[in-house]
Amino acid sequence: MPDGMDVMVGRPISVDRRLNSMDSSAVIEFHRVSYHADRGQAILRDLNLAIHHGETLVLLGRSGSGKTTTLKLINHLLTPTSGEIRVAGRALAEWDVIRLRRMIGYVIQEVGLFPHFTIEKNIGLVPKIENWPRDRIRRRVQELLHMVGLDPQLADRYPRELSGGQRQRVGVARALAADPPILLMDEPFGALDPLTRAQLQREFLALEARRGKTVVFVTHDLNEALLLGTRIALLEAGRLVTLTTREEFLRSCEPVVVAYRDAFRPDFSGERGGA
Amino acid sequence: MNLWQFILHNHAEVIQLTLEHIWLVGTSTLLAAAVGMPLGILLTRWPSLRPPILGGANVIQTIPSLALFGFLLPVPWLGARAERLVILALVLYALLPLIRNTYAGIQSVDPSVIEAGRGMGLTDRQLLFQVELPLALGVIVAGFRVATVLSIGLATIAAAVGAGGLGEYIFRGLAMVDNTVILAGALPAAALALLADVGFGWLEKRLSPQLARRAGSASATPS
Repeated sequence: MPDGMDVMVGRPISVDRRLNSMDSSAVIEFHRVSYHADRGQAILRDLNLAIHHGETLVLLGRSGSGKTTTLKLINHLLTPTSGEIRVAGRALAEWDVIRLRRMIGYVIQEVGLFPHFTIEKNIGLVPKIENWPRDRIRRRVQELLHMVGLDPQLADRYPRELSGGQRQRVGVARALAADPPILLMDEPFGALDPLTRAQLQREFLALEARRGKTVVFVTHDLNEALLLGTRIALLEAGRLVTLTTREEFLRSCEPVVVAYRDAFRPDFSGERGGA
Repeated sequence: MNLWQFILHNHAEVIQLTLEHIWLVGTSTLLAAAVGMPLGILLTRWPSLRPPILGGANVIQTIPSLALFGFLLPVPWLGARAERLVILALVLYALLPLIRNTYAGIQSVDPSVIEAGRGMGLTDRQLLFQVELPLALGVIVAGFRVATVLSIGLATIAAAVGAGGLGEYIFRGLAMVDNTVILAGALPAAALALLADVGFGWLEKRLSPQLARRAGSASATPS
């Protein structure tokens, strides 16, 4: 669409301005949102949630609690059965879904790199379809590789030539490519070994490009939630149980929260059972 | 007269019949691709179309080729020229492998790759042409391989309705009870089929490595 060019370049900027002007107000809002699977079984029930500008909200919960569904509702990979979701003050129905997704970075556990593209093409795909000039894309890719701690020489490699940790760094770089104001991350470090995972978590925390972005992060790992989240939303069987700051979460007496804390209490005493 | 002498003596005719043969197969395969590939893509978008379309293409395969030529003979425009009729019949036979492999190739693309693409804001078109089709290419070429080899064999029967091709020699040899003449048609046809098989096989391998090596994630080393 060559005549859509100024629209494509123009819109995200106005959205950015809008996002920045409503600091700390809700960037993503869920109003009584429910989602039912095709067979009618409820996966998400009556969810009310406001995600603020610049925060990192962690959706914590066990498998099947509805956290991934919540995430996919935000970038409209799924459509809610009932209720309303607003992004940047606009209802999802009013959004051009392609525009919406291009201002939302998306990172998934399986990474989903395009196996037939080089690392450079993978990272530069959204800028390319947004018609950035070539040398600007090249510069951006180099900048991003550096930012996520990868050797810029990897740009010409293919995903299969990289390790799991390297691939997930590319995944993060790809999501950041067009500098989206919102970042959705679905257990991005879940498939990595513990040491690599810890390293990537620390790097993500320190990532300069993350500043000012609204991040929604899905995990079932309490330690990861406490490390990365400014607020934690605990989901259980499709319902939001608590929505607290990190500190409140540690003090909460809510049974599910307590159960979570107990499950993750480190126990290196070396004694197993008995004694 | 042995086979070599026959071929040398009639080399102009052998070449002409071979070219006719290639023309019948090439034209029909391209036409079948023009119909079959879009149909295969359609099946990935509307799964409910799968049973009727794949079923239909399957049924066509079960019709004996000589009978199909016979059925098509009385059709007005088609019957007027034998090669039209033969090309249509070959198109019908080539549809199944092309539809099925296009469909299967796209279905075999890693779902997480599609999800990532969709999540990044690729349009359906971009997803199809930049991700799904390139990744399905190896499997689609395998469909071409099957379709072409099949058509080269079937096209020998085209001579029965007067459409030319290497089948001319086979039918002539049968009528003359002369094995040399039969072989003068059968051997070049077999060589063509072999050539197509090796050529497409090579292409298929060249286009698939990304897919084959994709699943290496489990063996990844920490960085």
